[in-house]
Amino acid sequence: MKRVYVNEKWCLACHLCEYYCAFASTGEKDMARALKNVKIRPRIRVEELGGISFAVSCRHCDDPLCVKGCITGALTRVDGVIMIDSDRCIGCYTCILCCPFGAVSPTEHGAVQKCELCIRTTAGTPQCVQGCPNGTIVFEERGE
Amino acid sequence: MAVDYLYPEYEIIRNYDRCINCRVCERQCSNEAHEYLGDMGKMVSDDAKCVNCHRCVSLCPTRALKIVKSDHTFKANANWDAAKIREIYKQAASGGVLLSSMGNPENFPVYFDKMVINASQVTNPSIDPLREPMETRIHLGAKPSKIERDKNGRIRKNLPPHLKLSMPVMFSAMSFGSISYNAHESLARAAAELGIYYNTGEGGLHEDLYKYGSNTIVQVASGRFGVHRKYLDSGAAIEIKMGQGAKPGIGGHLPGKKIVGDISRTRMIPEGTDAISPAPHHDIYSIEDLRQLVYSLKEATRYTKPVIVKIAAVHNVAAIASGIARSGADIIAIDGFRGGTGAAPTRIRDHVGIPIELALASVDKRLRDEGIRDNVSIVVGGSIRSSADVVKAVALGADCVYIGTAALIALGCHLCRNCHTGKCNWGIATQREDLVKRLNPDIGYKRVVNLMTAWQHEIKEMMGGMGINAIESLRGNRLMLRGVGLNEKELEILGIKHAGE
Repeated sequence: MKRVYVNEKWCLACHLCEYYCAFASTGEKDMARALKNVKIRPRIRVEELGGISFAVSCRHCDDPLCVKGCITGALTRVDGVIMIDSDRCIGCYTCILCCPFGAVSPTEHGAVQKCELCIRTTAGTPQCVQGCPNGTIVFEERGE
Repeated sequence: MAVDYLYPEYEIIRNYDRCINCRVCERQCSNEAHEYLGDMGKMVSDDAKCVNCHRCVSLCPTRALKIVKSDHTFKANANWDAAKIREIYKQAASGGVLLSSMGNPENFPVYFDKMVINASQVTNPSIDPLREPMETRIHLGAKPSKIERDKNGRIRKNLPPHLKLSMPVMFSAMSFGSISYNAHESLARAAAELGIYYNTGEGGLHEDLYKYGSNTIVQVASGRFGVHRKYLDSGAAIEIKMGQGAKPGIGGHLPGKKIVGDISRTRMIPEGTDAISPAPHHDIYSIEDLRQLVYSLKEATRYTKPVIVKIAAVHNVAAIASGIARSGADIIAIDGFRGGTGAAPTRIRDHVGIPIELALASVDKRLRDEGIRDNVSIVVGGSIRSSADVVKAVALGADCVYIGTAALIALGCHLCRNCHTGKCNWGIATQREDLVKRLNPDIGYKRVVNLMTAWQHEIKEMMGGMGINAIESLRGNRLMLRGVGLNEKELEILGIKHAGE
């Protein structure tokens, strides 16, 4: 299955992936209109320390702890992609505690959010990958 | 104390309706021109720090930024223009030589832009390169003057070592040090994929890049940095650099702060020491001396590689080239005064040397007149900006061209001409680790390959229009060129007719 991978060697810590991620879920056509005066809550985050940086988003684990931990069945694995049903999510944050990558995050509305590989966005393909200026974030099939 | 304040040359215009405070401009500017004011919740910019490299403009996800030339002005004066006044202020403050980068930006005539190319109509057929074979392959090196046969009548193979190229373009010498490792790797991989050559410049060859040796020209220059037996053996050809178009008559200087890690090892000098290439080769004061070095290098590589001698285009270039053609060199590279550089004294860059078009035409004519044109191939550089320039150069007599600036632009260079500051925001002319990684060679080499592929298509189109199906048939075919707006003397030197003649 194709997943989002990050080649840390080429990450510039420009944080553009975060903005393209936040923009993707708005459904707007224009980023300025969508994100002006908005505190973004991206599903991908750039971690940086001492000159090393890389973007982290959901790994779509084969054996996902978040799905195991979910007490309402809001998190499910559909064709390898871990999806969140925000109607079922009660905001208990068990998944946030379970995820070893910190890839699940809270939203303003109570339900959690996570990367769904932009399946539900208008673009349809991961926008962090499209927006990365240095080919750092890739969407590809790798040997399992 | 005098007041040296100069109003910035460029202004950063931010459209606050579109700025979303993502701070990518701030994070990407090595000159620290942008800043986020948390308490005000807005981005601000300091125009004085901007070098107009467009990194922030290119990465801004909402197109909120643009850079404009300031309309702040000195009192209009046709003689004392703003640039001259500014330079005096700078020198009055610093007492130093002015430094500049990239090619001569002054308003000298560009002869390539005053020549037009012929096309077939009615009486001679043009060729469609998409339907018929079209040859852009060339060979560089000395051509045998006659066919020799052995006693059985078979042709004796007396061809001196040659370079074989898929198209008449090579990447000119840019040293590892003046440009980054990633820029070097991009050029090396592009050359290998395209079947052409890139040039190490005077900085040695990084050991990782030896694997591209069959597409590498290794340079030997006056400082002899990084030259050793394995280095010479690794390349496909050896270039002796006598001069550079951007700074004829002077040497090179890579400051000690750039001599770090791999660069120090590759150049074989201690970290932190200035790499100073002398103005002359101290063992070359005549053509006879040059011949000694040519043959020393040939001897060292068992006569398996062609030797290139590179000179800057200067006033007596034809006579100098004639000497070089008799020195045993296989290829002469001539670099015109618009050629780029990582750093040169401004006065030298802008006022020394001659245009490559005139130098090429006079060298080609001189060598043909003397019957020694086949002793050498001619490669020209010094601002070849498009495939049309390539075609015109070949028609003027060049076998091949060198491109440096054009290749760097493909890699992301925006010609801000601040290479000498070492803070290149595009990861090209810098050794700062965080900046170097901005040029991902996986992307870079493909862009260079794309550029060359596009040029090759265009060259074929132009050749086809002229009814020529092999680039070799175009070389020195000056009837394919006409001048527009050139005077008699210029036409005479270029060896072309005026349009309409």
